[in-house]
Amino acid sequence: MRGFGKYAIWVYSAMAFVFLLIPIAYTIAFSFNDSRRTNIIWTGFTFENWFTVCEAQTVCQAFGNSVIIGVVATLLATTLGTMIAIALVRYRFRFRNATTLLIFLPMTTPEVVLGAGLAAQFLQAGVPKGMGTIILAHTLFCLSFVVVTVRARVASLDPALEEAGRDLYGSPTQVFWRITFPMLLPGIVAAALLSFALSFDDFIITNFNRGADVTFPSYVYTAAARGIPAEANVIASAVFFLAIALVLIAQLTAAARRRQLAKAG
Amino acid sequence: MAFTAFSSSTAAAEPVVRRKSRVALFLLLPGIFYLILFFVTPLISLIITSLQAPDPLIFGQFVNAFNWQNYAIVIETYGEQAVRSAGYAALATFFALLIGFPLAYFIGITLRPYPLLQSLALVLVIAPFFISFLLRTLAWKQIFSTEGPVSGILSSIGILGPGESITGTTFSVVFGLTYNFIPFMTLPIYATLVSLDLRLLEAGNDLYGSPATTFRTVTLPLSAAGVMSGTLLTFIPAAGDYINASREFLGSADTTMIGNVIETNFLVLQNFPAAAALSLLLMGFILVLVAVYVKRSGTEELL
Repeated sequence: MRGFGKYAIWVYSAMAFVFLLIPIAYTIAFSFNDSRRTNIIWTGFTFENWFTVCEAQTVCQAFGNSVIIGVVATLLATTLGTMIAIALVRYRFRFRNATTLLIFLPMTTPEVVLGAGLAAQFLQAGVPKGMGTIILAHTLFCLSFVVVTVRARVASLDPALEEAGRDLYGSPTQVFWRITFPMLLPGIVAAALLSFALSFDDFIITNFNRGADVTFPSYVYTAAARGIPAEANVIASAVFFLAIALVLIAQLTAAARRRQLAKAG
Repeated sequence: MAFTAFSSSTAAAEPVVRRKSRVALFLLLPGIFYLILFFVTPLISLIITSLQAPDPLIFGQFVNAFNWQNYAIVIETYGEQAVRSAGYAALATFFALLIGFPLAYFIGITLRPYPLLQSLALVLVIAPFFISFLLRTLAWKQIFSTEGPVSGILSSIGILGPGESITGTTFSVVFGLTYNFIPFMTLPIYATLVSLDLRLLEAGNDLYGSPATTFRTVTLPLSAAGVMSGTLLTFIPAAGDYINASREFLGSADTTMIGNVIETNFLVLQNFPAAAALSLLLMGFILVLVAVYVKRSGTEELL
């Protein structure tokens, strides 16, 4: 019975992994589909879509917009969020609980509500919707995730290291940039990657605040009605390979370091 | 300069407390200001909008009013879609737990002796995040489509009658929601299981607990926090989702969820008061749910 249980979880998990990967494999496979108009039925293998990605200009433009929005929103959210995270861990202040709640609430608010709220506000204020409003909206929902991610890192930081810096007559600025910041960096990088990923794939909030500007997900949504061109699959697949490569490298170096530490310890 | 207020005397017992508050203020203000400007005031905008009445002079415009009936009207008109959303989200959360928990257990505990495999398995769980979720959902649509492989098999063995399709049904929408949120369920549970002390499981075994008893009395309580955040991270976005249920994806007119209604009212019909009232009702519902949930499970460390 015991052996069977052990065996069963391997089989069950393998099935779950296959399930998770099916649509990914499908999306990548159809980036190689020799289709001109609609990319629904498999008609043959070709590399051509990969070389002519930008021929259907709207796809590439949408992709470019998504990258710009992702980068700017990530920079804004990471800066603001890291500052809040440091303050939350390192300081006691009035309204601390209110601040924590204010950061927590956007994460428990359904995207459709965030999107509609921002759109209602832009409407009332007479702000024209476009790239600018998309960036403002993305920064908002990335901010809370940055705070949560960086906060964990700040909390695990040993204050003795900064103290040592101060004891050695480091100025507060020197202590921050030479000790605190480098030690926080892995957390900040993780938060930045997370917020870029969130921003890049966001559709719902974007759709409420985009006006006439098109991001990659909103392009896909609009095109879904008449069939997605294979170029969209190419872009999604390329992004996927890049992200997976980054994560694999990070994971493998971390695993290697753990092994080394285990050996040394 | 404000940083000169750093002192080392408080470090040992209370490492972090009471440094000059001007620094805290400098660190906090920009972000808090941002959250107030783009989270709190939009909620106020929603409240104002939800109470607006149609402009008596210009068709299609709205004027500020105190039109409480908007709420009664949307509840009456869209009650069905609201109940459906809660039901779909609950089903998707249940199925995601059914798949996500064993998966998290497998990665966090079964694979613990193999760190490399563990890292790779974790990458597989987060892999769906890296490919456009709209395209993933469309992939299921095409797999389930009438020309696709699944429909062919199901109709040849008679499960699927002529003219019936898999997409556009409750099944396909709940399926899509479940698929989309499995990583959100798996990761927090994994995070609690990965740090679970294996000696506790051995102890349960040594004390003649059957694997089931050990699981129920040791593993499950120790992973409760992860299960809780996993269910919230699945239920909340699932309840507000409108991609899976929309007609271009896995849904049809019979599967309309509250998110679809809000989107249509806001962006297509431009009935802003109705969309705003529905948004606030959805948010209120979720907040009550979260508050009850957090209170009952006694964990307040969601952040």
